[in-house]
Amino acid sequence: MIALVFLAQTLRIVIPYLLAAAGGVLSERVGVIALSLEGFMLGGAFGAAVTAHATGSAWAGLLGGAVGGVLLGLLQALAAVRFKANQVVVGVALNLLTVGVTRFFLRFLFDSSSNSPRVAGFGASAEGAAGGASSAATAFLGSLGNPLVWIGLAILPLVGWLLWRTPFGLRARAVGEKPEAATTLGVSVDRVRWIGVALAGACAGLGGAYLALDQHQFTDGMTAGRGYIALAAVIFGRWIPGRVALACLGFAAAETLQIQLQGRGSFPSQFVEMIPYALTILALAGLAGRAQAPAALGRAE
Amino acid sequence: MPAPSSPPTDAAAPAARVASAPPAVSESQPGRAASATRGRALLEGLLPPLVALLVALLVGDVLILVFGQSPARVYGLLLEGTWGNAYGFGQVLYKATTLSFTGLAFALAARAGLFNVGGESQLAMGGFAAAVLGLALPTGTPWPVAVPLCIAAAAVGGGAVGAIPGALRARFGASEVIVTIMLNFIVLALLNWIVSAHLHVPETLHTPEMNAGAVGRLSDLLPAFHGSAANAVALVALAAAGAAWWYLFRTRGGYELRAVGLQPDAAEYAGVHVGRTWLRAMALSGAIAGLGGLNYVLGYKHYYEEGFSAGAGFLGIAVALVGRNNPFGVLAAALLFATLSQGGLAVNALVPKQMVEVLQAVVILAMVTAVPEVRRVLARAAGAALRRDGAKPAKVAA
Repeated sequence: MIALVFLAQTLRIVIPYLLAAAGGVLSERVGVIALSLEGFMLGGAFGAAVTAHATGSAWAGLLGGAVGGVLLGLLQALAAVRFKANQVVVGVALNLLTVGVTRFFLRFLFDSSSNSPRVAGFGASAEGAAGGASSAATAFLGSLGNPLVWIGLAILPLVGWLLWRTPFGLRARAVGEKPEAATTLGVSVDRVRWIGVALAGACAGLGGAYLALDQHQFTDGMTAGRGYIALAAVIFGRWIPGRVALACLGFAAAETLQIQLQGRGSFPSQFVEMIPYALTILALAGLAGRAQAPAALGRAE
Repeated sequence: MPAPSSPPTDAAAPAARVASAPPAVSESQPGRAASATRGRALLEGLLPPLVALLVALLVGDVLILVFGQSPARVYGLLLEGTWGNAYGFGQVLYKATTLSFTGLAFALAARAGLFNVGGESQLAMGGFAAAVLGLALPTGTPWPVAVPLCIAAAAVGGGAVGAIPGALRARFGASEVIVTIMLNFIVLALLNWIVSAHLHVPETLHTPEMNAGAVGRLSDLLPAFHGSAANAVALVALAAAGAAWWYLFRTRGGYELRAVGLQPDAAEYAGVHVGRTWLRAMALSGAIAGLGGLNYVLGYKHYYEEGFSAGAGFLGIAVALVGRNNPFGVLAAALLFATLSQGGLAVNALVPKQMVEVLQAVVILAMVTAVPEVRRVLARAAGAALRRDGAKPAKVAA
């Protein structure tokens, strides 16, 4: 069944976007620009692969991915919140740093410039969904057995609940909109930002962990720009978890469509690649309704 | 999206911003306050790069020790492989040329208060435009005709890519940070499609070799540099730096650009059209980045190849940061980063060259945290010194 193949493949593709975008929403809602989602994901993927390799357990890998992401998030918070450095540059630098560090330790630990050895993971390893309907069904069922899939599906609603239904969430949003007002009420703006960015690192790290544990290895640069697409989804979804989830789904569906069409040689894949980025630019140009960023986004003080 | 906080434009601003010493001191001891201000400005300018380099050296030590090597030996080998022999130095010059262009591009936009993160795509488009023009020109076109035309093509190509985020920022207030990042992907995908679908030499990812417009290599002049890619485009980089400096500090357009970067509202009040200035800044920035493509296309391989830029766009940000957004500082910083890049290759047998990638990122992080921290520390020290000297607060008029 074509629909099942489509569904299975879209599910596989959307999970990392959902996880990373959840991190993006958290970070940007507390006022810290989330340019380093790509780095968080890559770090999480590496952490997951290394932990899974060392322990032989996929669950340990999951934890390792979250830890890897959190460590990078803490580094970003150190630079952006404690030292109040320019957040755009910090984001770019963190992405570059993660690429370098993962490559360096890839050489050091596994003596390879391209990938780690095979590690334990969740679900079937091959690109099952691309084949016929039965392998698609197997892949789909395999996905259902992958805890990260469930975490990914739940994460954005969870983030929405956190931000709009808990006292911490209210403080967090206040810090992102008007930190001065939050300070007058005794909220420690810096502490809230540290927490927000660390959580963002954890979420995006889990996104990377999903990639590594799904492919059963770490490959140099395996995130391949997904962090930026997640950021695009956050912006296109106007920092609202529900809309961000829909944006992620839309981008994943387009990607699946392109993969399905690839064999039939109709639409050049490069144009489908452009879709998330073009849509984000259109959103920023106001063609998808006014984009209301958190008012204190990017401000250091 | 609200504008991100201003990029570090400290090289121009320190004197203005630092002269906030309480009036009491200035009135009684004007000379002392003025020299203290200049001293502080100098420290603010020079300390952060030094701190950043120190941090990078420390991290480098750690990474080298992780690999069980001696830092002294590795650093020695690095210097020897770059400035110690002609081939290495030639490669340093070659890499520094591209980095100079991307660094200048970021610095120019930064002076206008804008973040041009799109260096990668502007660089690629510039190189592509030059390669295509070189293909279109008939073989045997004399170089005084072909080369300037290719230079112009590269500038136009990069400038067009840069103008888009500038226009969107001017017209819609769209964050140029995000637009340039998005455009990077779009433009690179577009170029990938054009080349792979229509313009590539079979079995490769590059266009056919240009018919005209190639420039000479340094090794043609000085055989000692044989094998290195250093070429005449380095002269264009020097000229670009000089032109950028002259534009920024000696022309009205540059003055307006800097004014808009320091305080857009004040500039607007003074009659400067802020939106048009932003557009101009981004277009110029993109054009300079586009010129960076000439290094590979005109000077080295004589064709456009997918991925030739190899991260030079992002490294340009680092170069501009360390060079404090000053055209000549950018040249120096470009040499530094190029030395690191080439040095990584030289020490690859001892320590993975990826160490250099880590160090480059560490330099950026250290720089961007050091700049505000140094300013804060110096301001606190200046305040403490004033309190120590018994300065009285100025009388507030009733």
